[in-house]
Amino acid sequence: MSHQVELEERFQARIDAEQKIEPKDWMPDAYRKTLVRQISQHAHSEIVGMLPEGNWITRAPSLRRKVALLAKVQDEAGHGLYLYAAAETLGVSRDELYDELHTGKAKYSSIFNYPTLSWADIGAVGWLVDGAAIMNQVPLCKCSFGPYARAMVRVCKEESFHQRQGFEIMMTLSHGSPAQKQMAQDALNRWWWPSLMMFGPNDDASPHSAQSMKWKIKRYSNDDLRQKFVDVMVEQAEVLELTIPDPDIKWNEERGHYDFGEINWEEFHNIIRGNGPCNKERLAARKDAWDQGLWVREAATAYAAKRKKKAS
Amino acid sequence: MQEYLLHLADNALILGHRLSEWCGHGPALEIDMAMTNISLDLIGQARNLYAYAAELEGQGKTEDDLAYLRDVNGFRNVLLVEQPNGDFAQTIARSFFYDSYNYFYQKALCESHDKQLAAIAEKSLKEVAYHLRWSSEWAIRLGDGTEESKQKMQAAIDDLWSFRGELLTPAAYEIEAAKAGYGVNPLEIKEEVEKKLQEILLEATLDLPADGWMHSGGKTGRHSEHLGFILAEMQFLQRAYPDSTW
Amino acid sequence: MNSEFPLWEVFIRSHGGLNHKHVGSLHAADADMALENARDVYTRRQEGVSIWVVPSEAITASDPEDSDPFFEPAKDKIYRHPTFYKVPDNVKHM
Repeated sequence: MSHQVELEERFQARIDAEQKIEPKDWMPDAYRKTLVRQISQHAHSEIVGMLPEGNWITRAPSLRRKVALLAKVQDEAGHGLYLYAAAETLGVSRDELYDELHTGKAKYSSIFNYPTLSWADIGAVGWLVDGAAIMNQVPLCKCSFGPYARAMVRVCKEESFHQRQGFEIMMTLSHGSPAQKQMAQDALNRWWWPSLMMFGPNDDASPHSAQSMKWKIKRYSNDDLRQKFVDVMVEQAEVLELTIPDPDIKWNEERGHYDFGEINWEEFHNIIRGNGPCNKERLAARKDAWDQGLWVREAATAYAAKRKKKAS
Repeated sequence: MQEYLLHLADNALILGHRLSEWCGHGPALEIDMAMTNISLDLIGQARNLYAYAAELEGQGKTEDDLAYLRDVNGFRNVLLVEQPNGDFAQTIARSFFYDSYNYFYQKALCESHDKQLAAIAEKSLKEVAYHLRWSSEWAIRLGDGTEESKQKMQAAIDDLWSFRGELLTPAAYEIEAAKAGYGVNPLEIKEEVEKKLQEILLEATLDLPADGWMHSGGKTGRHSEHLGFILAEMQFLQRAYPDSTW
Repeated sequence: MNSEFPLWEVFIRSHGGLNHKHVGSLHAADADMALENARDVYTRRQEGVSIWVVPSEAITASDPEDSDPFFEPAKDKIYRHPTFYKVPDNVKHM
């Protein structure tokens, strides 16, 4: 048996035994690459995700809503930071990862390329998008790669108020004036399908899934998680007295789940290709922040060097 | 006392609003988060003060009525805090000017004979002490960093210098507040504020601009054009959908 | 020019009397900034009463390759643990 095969078998045995892999441990190149790709995509999604919601910080309709939203968007920055740090343990720098984002080489969750058009969108994003994110993220707390799993534990702990914040906004609007209720319904109409897309392509069209499951990076399939999400959300929408924009939603006694309609995958792929309503703005905003911050970071580095020199 | 409380609250709210505009656009993730923390502190301070002002007014108003349903001429914040963010150096200069004043102000306000106001000041002082530390350190880093950052920081200090005067010039309601024992006359803290300012600018290797013409007006409701746009944005939903619950 | 700040490891004491525990990392130009960033990033929900920051490059870690010679030898020294020793059930306070 060649050395490489032996290492790989030992690696897989550790994973099968639910042991955590740590950064300095031996790991197959493909495992490392998959993780860097997934963790950095996840990190990018957090910081690009700050933008559509950040939009409404200055327009939040009450001071209580304003501080909640501000704290929430700040959490996304923190989550991005924890995740970049997890990726950095694998030997890439945050600079390199940013560069991949800014040049369009790296992807982020396509949901953030939709615009937030009304205050109810802040409710819908919190309720649906964070709801979907939590469903994706909770299993990642048990991911085989230690730093990613630990970052996700922290993220999930902090995330717990986000969805409640969104639900509360939706609840207040749907039980408010007719204009507010309509605002909430309109937001649900626009955000429902994109949230379902957040779970990724159907299982039979998801090429990396099987390997990721074997490595215990991924624990549940895209379709399983999506189904779980639909089941939960149908019932929550009833509490909100809002209508999910899918005429095919129906309880299926035999399956014990809700059936739902076909997702428009063409729209999904189009947005991934860069043709979403806000792709350009989102990327430009991140790039501007980074570029315009260059002189600030250089100044701090120069000052630190001067001080070190003085001290020595 | 109403006007005095509104002055304190408006300062905190408007600067908090400005800093919140940075959220998602900071020069590094860590700095982004720091600015948001400061913004959250300031809006929190404003909420405490509005709630108290509303309570004293006794007409069943809320913090939101005071923040969202007054027009430009009803606001009593200083002109400095409504100035645009500009580049990072301008944001730091604005914060540093405000924090170096606010720290000594809150410290003095802890001695207020009004128990509730003193309690609010005591809580705020802990936050403001951190704000001052943060903005001072950044003023020094930028001032004594690279050639480019020094030039930008000096330009920001020069640009905003003429808004400093208003901080230390008492409005009628401040004089009255100090006389009645519940508030602070900024002249009482002038010496400490200027000393701190000089000390930090010296360490930042920046030049102290000459005291020339100083703007005023914010404290009495005569604002720059900027405030109208801030309020248009901030109050939009409350104005477009009156009497709604959010 | 690479404008990235160096990496720091953050350790936080969550309550008086407990150890500092590693909670994560961050970027900062110098120690002061690292301390403040740690405060702003890792203690927003009252997670701590004291913070240590250490440049990541100052940490020397054991090599996973060495884990057998490092940690296996302790395995069979069961006489270091109280359960190794037999004491009659009626002996109290031991």
